[in-house]
Amino acid sequence: KCPRVSPVVTLCYCFVSPQIRVKPDNTGVVTDGVKHSMNPFCEIAVEEAVKLKEKKLIKEVVAVSCGPQQSQETIRTALAMGADRGIHVDVSGKDYENLGPLQVSKILAALAKQEDAQLILLGKQAIDDDCNQTGQMTAALLDWPQGTFASEVSLEGDKINLVREIDGGLEHIKINTPAVITADLRLNTPRYATLPNIMKAKKKKIATVKPADLGVDLTSRLEVLKVEEPPQREAGMKVETVEDLVVKLKEAGRV
Amino acid sequence: MRALRLNVLVRSRHFYKLTSLGGGVRSLTEKVSSKQVKSSAPETAADHLIYTQEHFALKESLRKLIDQEINPYVDQWEAEGKFPAHKIFKILGNAGFLGVNKPVEYGGLGLDFSFSVAVAEELGNIRCGGIPMAIGVQTDMTTPALARFGSDELKREFLLPSISGDKVACLGVSEVGAGSDVSSIKTKAVRKGDEYVINGGKMWTTNGTQADWMCLLANTSDGHFLQKSTICDSFPRVHIARKIDKLGMWSSDTAEVFFDDVHVPCKNVIGQEGMGFTYQMLQFQEERLWAVANILTTTDNVIQETIQYTRQRKIFKQPVLHHQAVHFRLAELQTEVELLRSLLYRATALYIKGNDVTKLASMAKLKGGRLAREVGDSCLQYWGGMGYTSDVLVSRFYRDSRLMSIGAGADEVMLGIICKYMDTLPGK
Repeated sequence: KCPRVSPVVTLCYCFVSPQIRVKPDNTGVVTDGVKHSMNPFCEIAVEEAVKLKEKKLIKEVVAVSCGPQQSQETIRTALAMGADRGIHVDVSGKDYENLGPLQVSKILAALAKQEDAQLILLGKQAIDDDCNQTGQMTAALLDWPQGTFASEVSLEGDKINLVREIDGGLEHIKINTPAVITADLRLNTPRYATLPNIMKAKKKKIATVKPADLGVDLTSRLEVLKVEEPPQREAGMKVETVEDLVVKLKEAGRV
Repeated sequence: MRALRLNVLVRSRHFYKLTSLGGGVRSLTEKVSSKQVKSSAPETAADHLIYTQEHFALKESLRKLIDQEINPYVDQWEAEGKFPAHKIFKILGNAGFLGVNKPVEYGGLGLDFSFSVAVAEELGNIRCGGIPMAIGVQTDMTTPALARFGSDELKREFLLPSISGDKVACLGVSEVGAGSDVSSIKTKAVRKGDEYVINGGKMWTTNGTQADWMCLLANTSDGHFLQKSTICDSFPRVHIARKIDKLGMWSSDTAEVFFDDVHVPCKNVIGQEGMGFTYQMLQFQEERLWAVANILTTTDNVIQETIQYTRQRKIFKQPVLHHQAVHFRLAELQTEVELLRSLLYRATALYIKGNDVTKLASMAKLKGGRLAREVGDSCLQYWGGMGYTSDVLVSRFYRDSRLMSIGAGADEVMLGIICKYMDTLPGK
């Protein structure tokens, strides 16, 4: 008989505009007025959680997002996809600018203990900062096993069978619960939030908590010194012979 | 170290985009317009005139569906002259987008018209006019009268599967000899026992070659009584005479249909016999506002793409956009788009409160058709030679949007209606 595990899915609220500009004071990128929505890998994580619930392998899906007021919209999208309830961890202003994987991991670890979660599902990384750290750090803080870059997940008794996408190919592992899993691109194809479910999501609850309530200290251990655009790609040069190439490279001081 | 961080950010986002779009790298216009920063309406539900958080959630979900299931294939369907209506309607039906304001008992959501407007707006992100038009016909032209006045049996047979996307509907109203002049349609339905025998023909039937059923307006007497009935295409003797080759809207199949002694059971009549024309008129307001909502998003997109293009296209050593004539003209056009948007929201807000907005809806439709032509014409000019090619959205928009001043109530008909409300028509 399969155990009833209760997962917590965490969502990244990140920006998805194709045109990013560096702030004039070089302290970061411009986020005002840039469209934000749910991180694509997090969508995949939500989909996996909802699928597990539909297979009756888990009891309840809780969607979590850390950020300002607007990140509640991402939670609503998760609710419309099938999550049962949401938790919004309210972080805004300077705290939000400094919010990094370590802080989020601490928050998630605290929530996991509070909610008595058995499974934490996350996207493998956020597409705005590409850190790929939160899942791993959360597992470490909780001293739980981790299954990252998952492309297949199946529950077997109180263990989880995972296929991971790694550089060399596919790795099959078996881990105990409770565990942290991070979703990779090919794990599933997220469903569209159907209109009936969007309307039903209105009735589902989103609780708001502050990091201080969870006993989490948000001070960053990193200080961003400068953010710059990558150098402009310059025009290339065509040469006729290999000898010409060597001469040009020497001239440019590359050899 | 910091520079590296930004590089990595850019690289993996492109990676994600390529794999998720599945279609590989596309032309400049495709990259430029996907995931656009909205130029106009506020993003937050808190400030919007008629939209709530649910409207925005609806739009976001529909947008994903469009980006995944529709836009990657538009160029192909335009070239083929037809889009797979059953497949696309089923996908939309599954997601609940075909029955937004239809009764819950038949699979609809029973929401008010503002939700239909939100759907119409979002469909404007489809990169052609043909598919939104086909969807609009299914949701807001063929089914309203049925939903309001049809019998339960009729609704189960035709409305329910149209909302779920299992059946494709088409509308039979216009004829070769009667378009704006609906009252002079000639198709006759003669009562014989418990059947009607239909003879005649219909023109400009959107979805005509793929439809499973038609909502048909026919004469039941020699006088001016018109009756609405629905007929199933599986009946013999309904000839799809031809698929019409048009200037634009290529992905939407438009048919000329003939009825040669077609027998339809009497129970297939919607509501009361003789009320057909009245039923038809009741839904005009919704049809017109729907069309306006749809075209406004597309004009926004065309203007944005024109800005992107003219920003990088150089002429006399400067971007085309830097010439005052260009950016000033785009500003004029965007101003008019916003004005029309305000009229749309005003009329919608009044309508959902139960008011008759025929005058405002007709004004909006009139302006919508004309503005689309102006935007198409001016923007195409700024695209220059490229605008004249088939590779870009603006040329397709120029062709597709020309229909708006003609179909679903020509400009002249709108003007007549407005004059009636202004009481400026010559007395009888």
